[in-house]
Amino acid sequence: MKKTIITVVGKDTVGIIARVCTYLADNGINILDISQTIVQDYFTMMMIVDTNAAAKSFGDMADELEALGREIGVVVKCQKEEIFDTMHRI
Amino acid sequence: MINLFEVVETNQMIEKENLDVRTITMGISLLDCIDSDVKRLNEKIYQKIYDSAKDLVRVGEEISREYGIPIVNKRISVTPIALVGGAACKTPEDFVGIARTLDKAAHEVGVNFIGGYSALVSKGMTAADELLIRSIPKALAQTERVCSSVNVGSTRTGINMDAVRLMGEMIRQTALATQGQDSLGCAKLVVFCNAPDDNPFMAGAFHGVTEADRIINVGVSGPGVVKTALEKVRGENFEVLCETIKKTAFKVTRVGQLVAQEASKLLGVPFGIVDLSLAPTPAIGDSVADILCEMGLEYAGAPGTTAALALLNDQVKKGGVMASSYVGGLSGAFIPVSEDQGMIDAVTAGALTLEKLEAMTCVCSVGLDMIAVPGDTKASTLSGILADEMAIGMVNQKTTAVRLIPVIGKGVGESVEFGGLLGHAPIMPVNPFSCEAFVNRGGRIPAPIHSFKN
Repeated sequence: MKKTIITVVGKDTVGIIARVCTYLADNGINILDISQTIVQDYFTMMMIVDTNAAAKSFGDMADELEALGREIGVVVKCQKEEIFDTMHRI
Repeated sequence: MINLFEVVETNQMIEKENLDVRTITMGISLLDCIDSDVKRLNEKIYQKIYDSAKDLVRVGEEISREYGIPIVNKRISVTPIALVGGAACKTPEDFVGIARTLDKAAHEVGVNFIGGYSALVSKGMTAADELLIRSIPKALAQTERVCSSVNVGSTRTGINMDAVRLMGEMIRQTALATQGQDSLGCAKLVVFCNAPDDNPFMAGAFHGVTEADRIINVGVSGPGVVKTALEKVRGENFEVLCETIKKTAFKVTRVGQLVAQEASKLLGVPFGIVDLSLAPTPAIGDSVADILCEMGLEYAGAPGTTAALALLNDQVKKGGVMASSYVGGLSGAFIPVSEDQGMIDAVTAGALTLEKLEAMTCVCSVGLDMIAVPGDTKASTLSGILADEMAIGMVNQKTTAVRLIPVIGKGVGESVEFGGLLGHAPIMPVNPFSCEAFVNRGGRIPAPIHSFKN
């Protein structure tokens, strides 16, 4: 399974999770795990998603989520899971 | 499964602490391009580089996008040109023609540097080696992206002092040939002892003859990450200090390993090595000198600097070695002056001298790097500095290198601006006493006793 990590960081506001999840649902991206916290007053969320059945390419998805983030006023980043796995797991 | 804090830590390293992959360098063998006709040779070289590396920049950007990690440079290293051009080139001008071909190929595939305008002369020079060396000033003046290096010594062979003398003159002539750009040509010229075959970092990269046809080597970086990690252990003892550096180096190197494997897969080119170097840039927070200061020194160059650097270099290697399946290149901490804001500050404050830098090169990766010296420094003095640094490499069985820039028309108290990753530098004073009679003896220094290991 190809997993992607989506991180959302920014000022907390109503509907951040809803907007991001709606985008993912519309594009056939399945959410496997969500964790969220407030770090130094910042809304910080991480989603692990499965992009196997995604309607779009990785690049398009990343660009569109970034644009969506700008609309809401948060930073949305998509990265393949391996970078975190290789750095934090032996 | 990965947790939120690990994700935040990684992204903080990338966004706030300048963690990046410094370079993906594709090594390309040009041995199969050798031809006795200069024109055909140039055509074959251009074609081989173009065919091999046309997708390099695109793939680098793709990987950068997918993992969210900046890959700053995409570069090429080729077989030392003195070997490739030996059969065809009868004059230095013939070699300059090859340099122009390399430059054209680099522009065409979009890489920012191409290394390998090189000669390996640690024991002796062939006619072709000497022609290439004599063509370096013109080649660097007429091209933009070509980097040149000459290996003049090794632990196994000793030091070729004829080549050292010649290189002192060539550094001076390169400075003169590029004086309109503050002698920038010298920033693309490295003199080595024990040069590695698989170094991905410029200006000293070349694709050694022991290498495969094509190879992907990756250089990681991350002085800012190490510095931030050390901020959290201020005042702790050396055990804690060392463990912290080691763990951080491990994480940084793992990213390099991932990128190298991915690039290798996408390009269909075997993975060579990851170079574990801590390579600074002039950006604030991306400095090796700042790590030394974080350890407890007022400035890089203060007493204790050599010990601090030795510790840093060793822990970086210990942490990095386990993180990658193949480690090579230069692997250690770089201490270029102009490319490191902390080093520049130390020189300006009077804390760091050329002699202290020389001592520091005994315990870290490479050597006297990106140091601007007065434009009226004599060629024989440059050769003397080269010989000293080569001797350190030869005796300590390590790679050492010299990249000095005698800035024509400028003297101590002035500074020079190279721009971009090459940074800016105050001109450092050089010991004024002569070594002319020593350098002019000719011949070579024999290999040291501990090289006889058979």
